[in-house]
Amino acid sequence: MSRLPITKTPKVYVGGAFIRSESARTFPLQDAAGHFFANIPQCTRKDLRNAIEAAAKAGPGWAKRTPYNRGQIIYRLGEMLEARKADMTDALAVGGATKSAAAKEITATIDRLIYYAGWADKYEQVLGNVNPVASPHFNFTVTEPMGIIGLLAPAEVPLLALVSLIAPAITSGNTVVALASSTQPYPAIVLGEMLATSDLPGGVVNLLTGFRKEIVPTMATHTHLRAIAGVASADERKTLKLGAADSVKRVKLSKTEEPTDWFSDQAQSLYDLRDHLEFKTTWHPIGA
Amino acid sequence: MSAPAQSVFRRLFDEVGPVDHVGIEERVAKYTTRSIKKNAKLWGLKTAVSMVDLTTLEGKDTPGKVASLCQKALRPHDGLDCPPVAAVCVYPAMVKHARRALGEDTAVRIASVATAFPSGQAPLRTRLAEVKAAVADGADEIDMVINRGAFLSGEFQLVQDEIVAVRDACGSATLKVILEVSELETYDNIRAASFLAMRVLRPGDFIKTSTGKTTLNATLGNNQVMLEAIRDFYLDTGTPIAMKPAGGIRTAKQALQFLIAVKETLGDAWLNNTRYRFGASSLLNDLLRQLEKERTGAYQAPYYFSEAAESY
Repeated sequence: MSRLPITKTPKVYVGGAFIRSESARTFPLQDAAGHFFANIPQCTRKDLRNAIEAAAKAGPGWAKRTPYNRGQIIYRLGEMLEARKADMTDALAVGGATKSAAAKEITATIDRLIYYAGWADKYEQVLGNVNPVASPHFNFTVTEPMGIIGLLAPAEVPLLALVSLIAPAITSGNTVVALASSTQPYPAIVLGEMLATSDLPGGVVNLLTGFRKEIVPTMATHTHLRAIAGVASADERKTLKLGAADSVKRVKLSKTEEPTDWFSDQAQSLYDLRDHLEFKTTWHPIGA
Repeated sequence: MSAPAQSVFRRLFDEVGPVDHVGIEERVAKYTTRSIKKNAKLWGLKTAVSMVDLTTLEGKDTPGKVASLCQKALRPHDGLDCPPVAAVCVYPAMVKHARRALGEDTAVRIASVATAFPSGQAPLRTRLAEVKAAVADGADEIDMVINRGAFLSGEFQLVQDEIVAVRDACGSATLKVILEVSELETYDNIRAASFLAMRVLRPGDFIKTSTGKTTLNATLGNNQVMLEAIRDFYLDTGTPIAMKPAGGIRTAKQALQFLIAVKETLGDAWLNNTRYRFGASSLLNDLLRQLEKERTGAYQAPYYFSEAAESY
């Protein structure tokens, strides 16, 4: 007897749950050979709004964890990815990645997570300061997470680029809402399944799939997002900067037309961590 | 339940008619599918603001906190064209502070929970004294709790007599009778209790779902049961009774769904703050947030709005 195929319904990982788009819309995804692969949720601005609510809820708890614990959890995410390499290889193959290309991307992704996991309880020593002042005060500069960060993943290297954007933001206690690659969204769906089984609290990382033109304008104007990072075209950069100016958020975008080498060591840095931090300077009287 | 209690319940259910549980659930499920956009949404949000009984009912309430609540009630948000809320709702000890903050000549009414809120477990003369004290301090409205223990043991006359006693103690103040639906357990009981209360209320007095102090509060389902009771009572007697769901209504979306229930069950005559109220504390902020979103086109961060008292 032939068995009916059991196909997976791809769902996005938002607020610790797997959801369909609020609009109930989907778009068909073709694999590299041009065959229908699956219907992917077409998330809209309302999904973005809901994801930001989820990120806001998770924010204080995540920021309050010890840096050491955040490091452990991000390391654990690396472990999850290591253990499920085969799944991720299949997911990347949907976009046409060969076995060796997928292996290279997955290894680089795991290494990136481990890199930021290591920074979790160390960046404060490097970025924070005791400042010399000419008065009887201790003067400290310490860092604080900004809050909710909006991320725009590029089309290419759908896993590594996405994780390279997420990891520095969450390491310091921010929560993120990320729009996955619009041409290769499937690895982000599988990444969501791995996030759910790492010890990451729900809502810290929220992944959306869908069309950039529906999400970008709302991301630009939503006042609850404190920063936007990622890769954007010239038109999108303009929209994002105009919207961000109104709502006073930090924008750091690289250009679609100048591709980033996500595999290089330049794609990971303490300064990517610093991009999502606020600095607070306090004066403390000596002897009090 | 003892046999005599069962028979009085059966007699009351026969009088007021049964509730179709499945029908109610189906009906209210439809309310959440209505699409309210643009001007209709704006109207709904503003109407909902004007219906809010802005509430703080916490042990840690202070005169200062009540004063800032009153400021917020009068002028919910800077730069937004929206009406003041219907009333502030406070404990009796805070009524005089609210009156001082609002003044005598004000659009915002002062409601006070009285009668040993939220349990109601105090001697009747203590409860009546509390009501009189609140009214004397300047309360325009009194929110009382019914005697659920008496209701559940079938002593309906006692329940009604107590409501009458409180009503008379209110004088000219509006009375709101809290049924505490989560302790009544069934829709049939909610409908029966609604009728018991309505039969002794004056036109314009309220029935109210809950205290907000128990796990289950206002839902579309028990709101619908009470709205239908009000409708049937109005068609029988011509006496319009007002309605106040309280507790658990935190988002603008929920508030609009409750307004749809009112519109489709009782009609436009009930779509104003003399006939319908929301007992809520955090709802107002979400309403303002959505109004600001409609005005600017951008989703708003919650910290742009003054802090809400988180008691409901």
